[in-house]
Amino acid sequence: MTRLGAIIVAVAVSAAVLSPIVAPYDPSAQVLSLRLSGPTPMHAFGLDELGRDILSRILAGARISLLVGLAVVSVSATVGALLGATAGYFGGRIDSVISRVIDVLMAFPGILLAIALVAVLGPSLFNVVLALSVIGWVGYARLVRGQVLRAREFEFVQAARALGAGTWRVLVTHLLPTTLPALVVQATLGMAGAILAEASLSFLGLGVQPPTPSWGTMLNGGRAHLLDAPHLTVFPGLSIALLVLGFNFLGDGLRDRVDPRRGMDR
Amino acid sequence: MGSYLLRRLLHTVPVLIGVATLVFSLIHLVPGDPAQAMLGEGAAPADVTALRSRLGLDRPLYVQYGTFVAGLARGDLGTSFRTNTPVARLIAERMPATAELALAAMAVALGLAIPLGIVAAVRKGTWVDHAAMTLALVGISVPNFWLGPLLAILFAVQWSLLPVSGRGTPLHLVLPAVTLGAALAAIIARMTRASLYEELHELYVVAARARGASRWRAVLRHAFRNSLIPVVTIVGLQFGSLLTGAIITETIFAWPGVGRLLIQSISFRDYPAVQGCILLIAVTYVFVNLTTDLVYGLLDPRIRYD
Repeated sequence: MTRLGAIIVAVAVSAAVLSPIVAPYDPSAQVLSLRLSGPTPMHAFGLDELGRDILSRILAGARISLLVGLAVVSVSATVGALLGATAGYFGGRIDSVISRVIDVLMAFPGILLAIALVAVLGPSLFNVVLALSVIGWVGYARLVRGQVLRAREFEFVQAARALGAGTWRVLVTHLLPTTLPALVVQATLGMAGAILAEASLSFLGLGVQPPTPSWGTMLNGGRAHLLDAPHLTVFPGLSIALLVLGFNFLGDGLRDRVDPRRGMDR
Repeated sequence: MGSYLLRRLLHTVPVLIGVATLVFSLIHLVPGDPAQAMLGEGAAPADVTALRSRLGLDRPLYVQYGTFVAGLARGDLGTSFRTNTPVARLIAERMPATAELALAAMAVALGLAIPLGIVAAVRKGTWVDHAAMTLALVGISVPNFWLGPLLAILFAVQWSLLPVSGRGTPLHLVLPAVTLGAALAAIIARMTRASLYEELHELYVVAARARGASRWRAVLRHAFRNSLIPVVTIVGLQFGSLLTGAIITETIFAWPGVGRLLIQSISFRDYPAVQGCILLIAVTYVFVNLTTDLVYGLLDPRIRYD
């Protein structure tokens, strides 16, 4: 399954990077006379309500999905790792403050806070990344805090401290690297979550705005044509499901490798 | 148990204060003047001033916060800008529909997940297990905003078996509940399988088999009950995803619940209603988590002494 996940992700990344070359048509080009046409040899996934080629828009949408996923995971993991490591290493009041903030943000289920933030900030790609990062760092912070709390008692860390290593050096060169395997797993699964969350926001009209091609926006557009053109709904949804499945397979496989106990269970 | 309950309740207080503060801050995050944003660019300055005054935005921030918190204590969530009715009443009217959908989705999820998880744990390593867990991972990966329209295309459009949208008869509940419950079923099935598999190797299960209990009796009467602890936790924790999932599911199926009210309020820039819906969902989630922790304590008596 890990290999299958890696293949799906690799294909999606390649398609996103090469989309300007491999897309059969300009994703914005309209052929109004053929609007809502189903799949044909010329247009493998059919055309949408404005006569645009759905396959070309899915390829262009892959760029948006992966870009948002990468941006959200990078920001969230960096902020979360730094705050989590700080809380775990220093403990005391710093840990209390960071932990209370985490508790409050964890009180908002799923993407509710992201919906709230985008609702007030206004729908845009930047605001989607911002909103998803605001809720995204919490999971990484909790993970890293726990790992650092454990790792700071390790002998090599105490030895580094005894040899005169400063706080920053101990944190960055000794403690944070011990959290990397778990962080990579979380980031892989986080990609799936971020892609799904972006698509959800765009589906609700709160994310990427038309005419920019986004899988969630395409699905939202397809809702009005469930009866006469179901292909508007089927292909963008299939793309989201496949890419998310790919990241989930990959994340699950990596988790098994990082945690040998889970691996043996299988 | 008393001190555990008290400590857990005390822990909830700062979280609730934080949630209320964050929800209060939302309207102040609106770029520019929130009153102008609500009325639109072309609104007359007098109207903007009047709305600003009505929302209390012309008063100092600490006064606004005090008024907001005092209102919450009385159950007053403000007045909807769009309908000019109390937000609390709007939410109360929609709440039964959301509760009905969430409970039905939970029933669907448990009904699918528990048998799937049990079979996968008992037949671990076989094709049955692989098929069940692949199905579960697919369930997690399929977004409900795709599953919903797909189910509608098949069951409402193609086969005309179920109504496509709205609320009224039990049949109206089927598609939204399955759409909302599918991902949760996948998560619970994975947790049930992992938890039950660990229990199956405990000595008391082996002892039960040695005393002559059949395999299924040992599983269902002995191991399953103890494997429920992490399952209950995940059910509680996932209740939040059910609430946010309801926002999307209600939008797809025109289900008249709080989630749909939230999205409608966002599109009308009805910020008091948006704040009310967000607050209600977050507070419900906090209390569901609290209940989960307490049930956890009841299921595993060791926890209360920790």
